[in-house]
Amino acid sequence: MNVADKFLVMVAALLIFAAIIGLVLFVVALLEKRGARSVGWFFVGPTVLLLVVGLAYPAVRTVVRSLYNAAGSAFIGLSNYTTIFTSGDMLVVLRNTVLWVVITPFVATAVGLLYALVVDGARGEAAAKSLIFLPMAISFVGAGIIWKFVYEYKYFDPTLANNPRQIGLLNQVLVWLGMQPKQFLLNQPWNNLFLIVVMIWIQAGFAMTILSAAIKAIPLETTEAARLDGVNAVQLFRFITVPSIRPTLVVVLTTIAIGCLKVFDIVRTMTGGLYGTSVVANEFYTQSFTAGNQGLGAALAVLLFVLVIPIIVYNIRQLRRAEAR
Amino acid sequence: MTVIGQPLDISGVKPAPGAGGSGGSGGSPRREPVAAAARRRLSRPWATLTAIVLAALWTLPTFGLLVTSFRDSKAINTSGWWTALTGPFTLDNYRQVLDTSNTQSLAPFVVNSLVITVPSVVLPVFLATLAAYAFAWMRFPGRDMLFVAVFALQVVPIQVTLIPLLQLYVQMGVAGTFWAVWLSHTAFGLPLAVFLLHNFMREIPGDIIEAARVDGAGHVTIFFRLMLPMLKPALAAFGIYQFLWVWNDLLVALTFAGSSNSVAPMTVALYNMTGTRGSQWYLLSAGAFVSILVPMVVFLSLQKYFVRGLLAGSVKG
Amino acid sequence: MLLLLPVPVGADHRDVEVKMRRTGARRWTATAAATMGLALVLAACSGSGGTTPTTGGTAAGTGSAECADYAKYGDLTGKTITIYAGIVTPEDTPYIESFKPFEKCTGAKVDYQADKQFEQQILVRAQAGNPPDIAIVPQPGLLAQLVATGKVVKAPDAVGANVDKFWGASWKALGTVGGAFYAAPSGASVKSLVWYSPKTFADNGWKVPTTMAELTALTKTIASAGKMKPWCVGIASGEATGWPLTDWVEDFVLRTAGPDVYDQWVSHKIPFNDPKIAKALDAVGAIIKDPANVNGGFGDVSTIATTAFQDAGLPILDGTCAMHRQASFYAANFPSGTQIGPDGAVYAFYLPAESATDKPVLGAGEFVTAFADRPEVQALQEFWSTDTWANLKAKASSSITNGGWITANKGLDPANLVNPIDKLSATILLDPKSEFRFDGSDQMPAAVGSGAFWKGMTDWVLGASTSSTLDKIEAAWPTS
Repeated sequence: MNVADKFLVMVAALLIFAAIIGLVLFVVALLEKRGARSVGWFFVGPTVLLLVVGLAYPAVRTVVRSLYNAAGSAFIGLSNYTTIFTSGDMLVVLRNTVLWVVITPFVATAVGLLYALVVDGARGEAAAKSLIFLPMAISFVGAGIIWKFVYEYKYFDPTLANNPRQIGLLNQVLVWLGMQPKQFLLNQPWNNLFLIVVMIWIQAGFAMTILSAAIKAIPLETTEAARLDGVNAVQLFRFITVPSIRPTLVVVLTTIAIGCLKVFDIVRTMTGGLYGTSVVANEFYTQSFTAGNQGLGAALAVLLFVLVIPIIVYNIRQLRRAEAR
Repeated sequence: MTVIGQPLDISGVKPAPGAGGSGGSGGSPRREPVAAAARRRLSRPWATLTAIVLAALWTLPTFGLLVTSFRDSKAINTSGWWTALTGPFTLDNYRQVLDTSNTQSLAPFVVNSLVITVPSVVLPVFLATLAAYAFAWMRFPGRDMLFVAVFALQVVPIQVTLIPLLQLYVQMGVAGTFWAVWLSHTAFGLPLAVFLLHNFMREIPGDIIEAARVDGAGHVTIFFRLMLPMLKPALAAFGIYQFLWVWNDLLVALTFAGSSNSVAPMTVALYNMTGTRGSQWYLLSAGAFVSILVPMVVFLSLQKYFVRGLLAGSVKG
Repeated sequence: MLLLLPVPVGADHRDVEVKMRRTGARRWTATAAATMGLALVLAACSGSGGTTPTTGGTAAGTGSAECADYAKYGDLTGKTITIYAGIVTPEDTPYIESFKPFEKCTGAKVDYQADKQFEQQILVRAQAGNPPDIAIVPQPGLLAQLVATGKVVKAPDAVGANVDKFWGASWKALGTVGGAFYAAPSGASVKSLVWYSPKTFADNGWKVPTTMAELTALTKTIASAGKMKPWCVGIASGEATGWPLTDWVEDFVLRTAGPDVYDQWVSHKIPFNDPKIAKALDAVGAIIKDPANVNGGFGDVSTIATTAFQDAGLPILDGTCAMHRQASFYAANFPSGTQIGPDGAVYAFYLPAESATDKPVLGAGEFVTAFADRPEVQALQEFWSTDTWANLKAKASSSITNGGWITANKGLDPANLVNPIDKLSATILLDPKSEFRFDGSDQMPAAVGSGAFWKGMTDWVLGASTSSTLDKIEAAWPTS
C-alpha cells in the first residue's frame, strides 16, 4: 500500500464510523420524539459491544483457562492457584505489587497536583507542563534507558588510581559526596523503590494533565469569593480546591493504581524481574509467553482481577457519596 | 501559592473562552481587587521556586538521554553524560535512525503510526463521551452496575486478549490490516476514557441540563450543543493521553497487524533498529527523541483547550 | 435559561456557539495539519533510499542458463511466500538478497518480515490461526511448542533428503518432533569460543590454551600477574538475564561429563541435579565465582549479574580483562572499526576440552518451519535446504554485513566467508572430528530453558549454592 492508499483507508474508517454513529443518534432522536424513555442504551451500546467482545470475553476466557493445565488439554481445577500461593517467591512478588500500587498513585498524584496548581495561569504554562509531561511521551523503552543512565554502577575502589568513571548520575553524585557507588537495582528490598521512582516519574505527567483540566473547571466565583474573604493560599487549597476536584483526584488515583497493577515493562526491561523485584503482572507475562504455561499465567491474571477489587469498591463508595450530594 | 491566573473578562463582548489562551496570559484587562493581587504577588516566588525545582528534577534524566543521543557509543559506556555537555558530539546516532538504509527507511513507518493513531484516538474519545454522558445524565436500568463493570475492565491486561481477538480477526478477515488495530485500540481505550470523561461530565451542574430538558431539548441536542463544548479540557486531556498511548504502542500493532512496513508503526521500526541481539541499543536514545516529536506537538497544541472559566457565570439564574 | 450558558452578556448564545465551534474547528484543523505536516517532513527527511523491495509478480526468467537450477521449482509467477523471523537489521538484508535468484527465476515473491518479539509473537500467531508461511525458529524447544499447536506442516521429502545429504542425522533430529521431520536447519553459530586480545597475549607471553588444564593454569597466571582480571562475564539481558551462564554450564558438561551425559541431561533422562551436572557447575564456579578471576573491568562477582551481556566483552579492548567466553555472534558488539582477527585487536580461540584431541562443540542454529504446504512454500523450503542457497547466503552476508553468518551445511564453500571469526567457526563446525551439540537450554522445555535455568544461574552467581540451584531447576521441569 502506498501513502495515499493508507490515508484513504483511514479517512474511510472515520467516515464509516461517523455514519454509524450518525445512524444511532438519528434513531435516538426519533425515539425521543416518540416519547421513549430509556434511550440511554443506545448511547452506551457501541461502547458496551466493543468492551464485551474486546475485553470482557477474553477476561472470562482467562478465568476458564486458569483452571486448565499448561497446554490447555486437561482440567486441573484450582491447582494453578495452589501453585501460586505455595511458592515462596510468590510472597515477595505480592509484597512488591502492593508496594507499587500503594506508593505510586499517592506520590505521583501529589506531584502532579502540586505542579498543576503552581503553574496554573502562569506565563508559559504550556511549556512548563510539557516538561512534566515529557516522561509520559517518551514511552517505556525510552524510560528504561533514561534511568539506566541514572542508576548504572561502575566499581569504585579508593585504593586504585584509575577507577572507571561513573556513568549513572545517582552514583556519580554519591562518589562526589565521597561515598561508595551502589548497585541500586541489585540490592533488595530497596531496588523496588528505585523502580517505583521510575513509574512515579512517568505517571506524574498523567496526574498533572488530568488535574489541570479539573482545576480549570473550578468556577471562578468560588475562588474569587474565598479570596475576598481573606483566605490564604493554603486554606484555599484545603477548603476550596481539593473538595472541588475530589472526584477527579479519586479518578486519577484509581487509574494510576490500576495502571501499576498492569505494568511490567519497567520491571522486565530494567531487572528482568530478578533480585526480588518481580510483580504479579511480570510473572503473568513470563508464565504465559516465555515459559509457555498459559494456565498458570491465566491464574496470575485472575489474581490481578482480584487485586483490583478493593480499588473498585473504594470507587463505588466515592461515586455513591458524590451522587448523594 | 497562587491558584488562579488572571480572571477572564466576561463582561465585555468577547469571543468564546477558547480564544482566551491557556491560563489567560494574554492581555485581558485586570479587574481583580487590589488586595488579592497583592497577596498573589507575595506568594508567587514560592510557587515559581516549586515549579522550577520540580521541573528541573523531572527533566534532568531526560536531558541526560538527550545529551547521550549525541554521543558516540564508546563514549556513552565510559563516561557520564554530564562530562560531555560541551561535546564532543556526533550526529551518527540520528543519522542511523533517520537515514537508515538497512532495510527500509523510517518513512512508511511514520505514516503507519499516523494512520493507526488518528482513528484510535477519535473513535474511543467519541464513543466514550457518548457513553459517559449516558452514565452521568441519563437514567436506564442497570446503569450503575454497568458503569462499574466498564471501568473495572481497565484491569484486564491486554495480553490476555491477544489470542482471542486475533482469532476473531482472522475469522473476520481483517488480521494484518489497520482495521484490527483500530478496533483493538478503541476497545482497550474505552474503560479509562469512560471513567475519566464521566467524571468531568458530572461536574457540569445538573441545572443546565434540567433547564434544557424542560425546554424540550432531546438528549442528542443536549449532547452536541451543551456537553461537547463544555468538555473541551476533558476531551483534550484524555485525547492527549490516548494519542500518546497509541503512538508509543508496540504490542497491539505488532500482534494484530504485523511487522511489515505496510502496517507496522514507528515503534516497531525503532525497536528493531537495535539489532537482532540488541547490540546497537544506543540507537534507542536517538530513536526515543525522534519518536517524541509528534506527541509533544500534539500536547502543546491541545494545551489551548485547557481553558478556564467555561462554567463562569453559569451558576446564576 | 439562556443566561445559563457561558456567554458574554448581550451576545446571542447561538452566535457564540457557532463561533466557538468554528474557532474550535479551525484550531483543530490547524493542529491536525501541523502534526501531519511535521510527521511527513520527518518521513521525507528519513532517507530517500530504501523503498520496499517490489520485485515479484514478474514473470519467471525462463530459459536462461542461470535459471536452469530453478526449473524444478516450476513457474510460481504471482505467488507470494511470507517469512517471519526474529532476525532484524542488519542481518535481514542478506536473507532477502539470498532469495532474489529464486524470486527471479520462479517469478515468486518472498515477503520477509521480522521483529524482535518473534518468540512470543509466533506462538500467538500460531495459536490464533494467523501464522506466516515460513518461520525461522531459533530453538528446537520453540519448534516443539509450535508443533504442539498443530499448525506446523511436515517438511517435504525433498527437504528431508537434502538434510540427510548436507547435515546428517544429529541435525535432522533437532528438526524432528515426535518422530516426524518438520524443519530443516538454516544458519548456525558456534558457542565454544573464548574472546581475547592477541596483542595482549603476545605482549605478556601468554599462550592460547589447548586443554582445560592449560586454561586453568592460564587463568591463575593472569590473576597473579595483577595487570587485569583473567575473565569478564556479563549475563544481564532484560527478562532473559542468565542465559550466557547456561552456555558456560553446557560447555562444561560437554567437557567434564561428555556428550552422552549431555544428551541425557538435555532430554531429562538424568535429573537436572545429577552429581555430574553439579560437578560441571562447580567447575564453572571455580572460574567465575572466584573474586580473583572476575569481573574484569566491572567490579566484583555480583556485577556479573548486572552487566549487560553485550557490554561484557568490551573490557578486552581496554586491557582490563583477558578473556571472555561467548558465541561467535558476539563480533557484532565490538565498536565498528574494531579489527577482529588473529592479528587484530580482538580474536577468539576454541574453548579447549580435557584433552587436545577431544573437540566437543556447543552451538546453535535456526530451523525453517513451514505452516503451509502450498507448492510455492515447499519450493522455497527445498531451495533453502540446498548448498546453492547456503553459498548465496554466505556471499550476501560477506558483502553486506562483513560476514557474521555460517551454516553447518556441508556444501558451504569456506572461500565465501570473509570474516576471520566466521572462518574460525566454520573450521570448528565442519571439522569431522568435532562433536557438535546444540545449545541445551534451547532444547529444554520453555519453563526450564527459558525460565528456571536462566533465573537459577542468576541466583547462583549472586551466591546461591550449587545444590540448591540445581534442585530448584529440577523442580521446575514440567511433569507432563
